[in-house]
Amino acid sequence: MEFPEGLKYSKEHEWVLVEGNTATIGITEFAQEELGDIVYVELPEVGEKVVKDDPFGAVESVKAVSDVYAPVSGAVLEINDILPDNPETINDDPYGDGWMIRVELSDTDDLKDLMDAEEYAEYVQQQKENDEEEDEDEEDEDEEPEDEEDEDK
Amino acid sequence: MKRTPLFPAHRRAGAKMVEFAGWEMPVQYQGVIEEHVAVRNRAGLFDVSHMGEIEIRGPGATEFCQSITTNDVSRMKISHAQYNLLLNESGGVIDDVIFYRLEPDVYFICVNASNSDKDFAWIQDRAAGKVAAANVSAEYAQLALQGPRAEKILRPLTASALAELKSFAFQFADVAGIRCLVARTGYTGEDGFELYCNSGQADRLWSALLEAGAADGLVPVGLGARDTLRLEMAYPLYGHELDESTTPLEAGLAWVTKFSKGDFIGREVLLRQKEHGVERKLVGLEMLEPGIARGGYHLFKNGVNIGVVTSGTKSPSLGKAIALAYVAAVEAALDNVFDVEIRGRKIPAKIVSLPFYRRKAQPEVQGGL
Repeated sequence: MEFPEGLKYSKEHEWVLVEGNTATIGITEFAQEELGDIVYVELPEVGEKVVKDDPFGAVESVKAVSDVYAPVSGAVLEINDILPDNPETINDDPYGDGWMIRVELSDTDDLKDLMDAEEYAEYVQQQKENDEEEDEDEEDEDEEPEDEEDEDK
Repeated sequence: MKRTPLFPAHRRAGAKMVEFAGWEMPVQYQGVIEEHVAVRNRAGLFDVSHMGEIEIRGPGATEFCQSITTNDVSRMKISHAQYNLLLNESGGVIDDVIFYRLEPDVYFICVNASNSDKDFAWIQDRAAGKVAAANVSAEYAQLALQGPRAEKILRPLTASALAELKSFAFQFADVAGIRCLVARTGYTGEDGFELYCNSGQADRLWSALLEAGAADGLVPVGLGARDTLRLEMAYPLYGHELDESTTPLEAGLAWVTKFSKGDFIGREVLLRQKEHGVERKLVGLEMLEPGIARGGYHLFKNGVNIGVVTSGTKSPSLGKAIALAYVAAVEAALDNVFDVEIRGRKIPAKIVSLPFYRRKAQPEVQGGL
């Protein structure tokens, strides 16, 4: 799994690329993998204000809808026009062509709460381990001896 | 959470597991869309062992089954299956089920996982002193082999003439050396089979089928694609289109409701509803602008709430967003246009005919037996 250096990451699994006063925002590889096939993307309009920790849009897989939270506050400068017709771009290239919006940062302090690549990689690892622990707890209770535990390669 | 005998196999295959009706089930292996397309074009194998099985036997079994169901059980020949409904006294659906007639007085019922305990308790209450009812859910695993190549994949694994099985017929057969009840039924809209075997042999059957089908592109398919496949066919899913407050007449299941067979639980209410007309009807919707209607979203016509969505997705086969919804009967005409409220926005949708998807004619020449 990729965690590109130079990006900032949120606990809700969004990434931010900061260039000057502009922040480009998308969802991480981990997020798109958890969601599965993305079939619809809802984006704000240019000029709208997004607020840190509030939903600014949504991504939908065939199964379910997930809100996408703004990792920083700011006014929307640009949205990724290819996503409405090609939502699967987020699955294919979450950190590149699958970017979602570009905002003008209203407060650079917002960035302080975000993780760097290394911290985010640890955070994701931790989340996976938590999932596994839950599974293993259950497996302990399970009496079926043939339950192998060679999963999660 | 409960696990099917195939849980280790799903883990080996790298499935993403989710909770469904109290069971830890595979929602996807390689991806919902890829698995959906595999079933439409080639073949897919599903673990549906979470579904429950109830057996009813004894003299008078047919009469008893008639009294607790809407469909005409007496029309079912031995070795045939029938879609059927259990209703409560007010005509609401307790469950939608498949009956298999094993012998003149022996029926095997496949019920929804979420309802199996409820169904069994309900049946047992009514069976007392009349016929024997047994909850045999734990004894059986169920695999569904579905898709245009299902028959070709199954053929070399059995000496039985399963290719000759007609839709909704079944027979007992050895498949890969494992005794199965093999029915020509399914929940995908494609040709295919559902195979019941002893729980202890499920892993071997699963592996044998996957191996035999590999060259034909058979893949394991999770509940995610099972849902998109059934939704394209507008097959109801209990808890979405059906529950104890919906009647078969509202749900478009009048064809499963045989008033002529005599009395059954819920009949009086349904007769009245038939006479006076239903107040709401289940319809198919196609979204006219980008957006996906999901279960629970409301429908509006001129600002008035006239219905609610029960299931919705982006159809992988059609490339369109589709949904099933209950709407006021007076608004249930084809091509009628409404707004679906999707997270605060109103997106237009229109009523279309069902099913959304129709099976493709198979260009492949069907080989002999």
